[in-house]
Amino acid sequence: MTITEKILAAHAGKDKVVPGELILAKVDFILANDITAPISITEFKKTGAKGVFDKGKVTFIPDHFAPQKDIKAAEQCKMLREFSKDYGLELYFEVGRMGVEHALLPEQGIVASGDLVIGADSHTCTYGALGAFSTGVGSTDVASAMATGECWFKVPESMKFVYYGKLNKWVSGKDLILHTIGDIGVDGALYRAMEFEGETISSLSMSGRLTMCNMAIEAGGKNGIIVPDKITEEYVKGRAKRKYKFYTSDTDAKYVDVREYDCSKIPLTVSCPHLPSNTKPAAELSHITIDQVVVGSCTNGRIEDLREAAEIIKGKKVNPNTRMIVIPATQQIYLQAVKEGLAEIFVNAEAVFSTPTCGPCLGGHMGILAKGEKALATTNRNFVGRMGDPGSEVYLSNPAVAAASAVLGRIAIPEEVL
Amino acid sequence: MILKGRVWKFGRDIDTDAIIPARYLNTSDPNELAKHVMEDADKDFPSKVKKGDMIIADANFGCGSSREHAPIAIKAAGMQGVVAKSFARIFYRNAFNIGLPIFESEEASEKISEGDVIEVDADKGVIKNITKGEEYTAKPIPPFMQELISAGGLIEWTKKRLKAS
Repeated sequence: MTITEKILAAHAGKDKVVPGELILAKVDFILANDITAPISITEFKKTGAKGVFDKGKVTFIPDHFAPQKDIKAAEQCKMLREFSKDYGLELYFEVGRMGVEHALLPEQGIVASGDLVIGADSHTCTYGALGAFSTGVGSTDVASAMATGECWFKVPESMKFVYYGKLNKWVSGKDLILHTIGDIGVDGALYRAMEFEGETISSLSMSGRLTMCNMAIEAGGKNGIIVPDKITEEYVKGRAKRKYKFYTSDTDAKYVDVREYDCSKIPLTVSCPHLPSNTKPAAELSHITIDQVVVGSCTNGRIEDLREAAEIIKGKKVNPNTRMIVIPATQQIYLQAVKEGLAEIFVNAEAVFSTPTCGPCLGGHMGILAKGEKALATTNRNFVGRMGDPGSEVYLSNPAVAAASAVLGRIAIPEEVL
Repeated sequence: MILKGRVWKFGRDIDTDAIIPARYLNTSDPNELAKHVMEDADKDFPSKVKKGDMIIADANFGCGSSREHAPIAIKAAGMQGVVAKSFARIFYRNAFNIGLPIFESEEASEKISEGDVIEVDADKGVIKNITKGEEYTAKPIPPFMQELISAGGLIEWTKKRLKAS
């Protein structure tokens, strides 16, 4: 069995599961945000359940339209707050204590290796980086699981992605996943598990792994997953608040497709409008002028991402024709960025340095684009109207390319500004 | 269950931002969401769509966000269902969970034209094109999903399970 099949089997109380099988599995953790939780709360109340299945295993995180951007958003966040209080949920992350959900939960050790996690947010697949099975579901799924502690799943077929060779300077986990999505397309892994492995992954930081698994959904994947190793152990040890378990894939596990990538040939990659699969080497896009740069989100708002952007922009200024917005994904990252002097570097460069929020990533607030404007963002989606007006455009890249582009006001590679 | 209606045709990779843009998600009121359904795929769609209409799309309909607001908006706009070559995974389960009928059929997606009137026999998985006089088959719905539909959606199914336990 693959690691995905083993985790699903263990949570369904079975010795073995096979792709295509429909199972009911126990969940270790459930999350929803200020956009998706209100529906979950309404639906949960309809089930007639007296309480949630486990008060320590359900959390709501107001991060999308929070800090609350208008009265309606405030009403939605209020629903989360009141439900958490009324039902005695042990975890609730208020503004000032919160972060972008998928950066926050691994950082706080709330999700761990071997877990089965569902979230009413498509990027819940992020935690596969820890060797967990985690996947995005809808609000009603969350409501049902809050009541019963279980969720239905179709066991996915698995695809294996093998990465070998040395990464070029500034090429990161983001480039690997953009390149992969460019190769297989936005439905290339539809309904399937994406298992990432190989020597390049073995030496990839947890930050890069989280970025890769985060974007499995952009290829249609049910989950992204990496078999835990020493790097995983270092990350979860002393951090995980619950017992963790390392699952592996059997050597004779079955994969419907195996793809290999020579990472020494993968360039700094940008996804052009309007699909994440529409990838091109960053170096070929120097004619694209950029009105706004965003560094942040559950994909690339970790401290490593901020360090990378800061290294490039240090001592320089954001181009007068461009705006740059930097958003640490959690309070802890924010504080670390202040301590390390990164906040100062960004502010001196005349960039905005914001409190954690998903805001601009989904066209929520804090950086909405006007008609005809172009943005380069370290976020995960560039669909039509994603960051604002349907007539605006979003390009996706890693933080180094984003910072270099902010300096030159057009898509640029780091070497052009260093 | 027989669904009969006029169809609107869309291409591949219609994402959840196109179905219901995030800028409207500071509410989950179905009637408010319906006012903006498919707006970023076709800005005039909310004013053109009529009760009983259906959507025909190419592959990967509903890709992107987990937002259940997407199938809710389609349902609240009075549409009866969606036929596509394939659906994004989360949209697929959301549609069943909230009771929006959806059908996977490559043939139907290719042969049905905008404005055609179709009749879908949801139990048999047969799609009749009344306008063109053709018939297509949809992929069978897994038994568990049928159980969800007959229970009245995931919440009704959950209620039954809670009572039984």
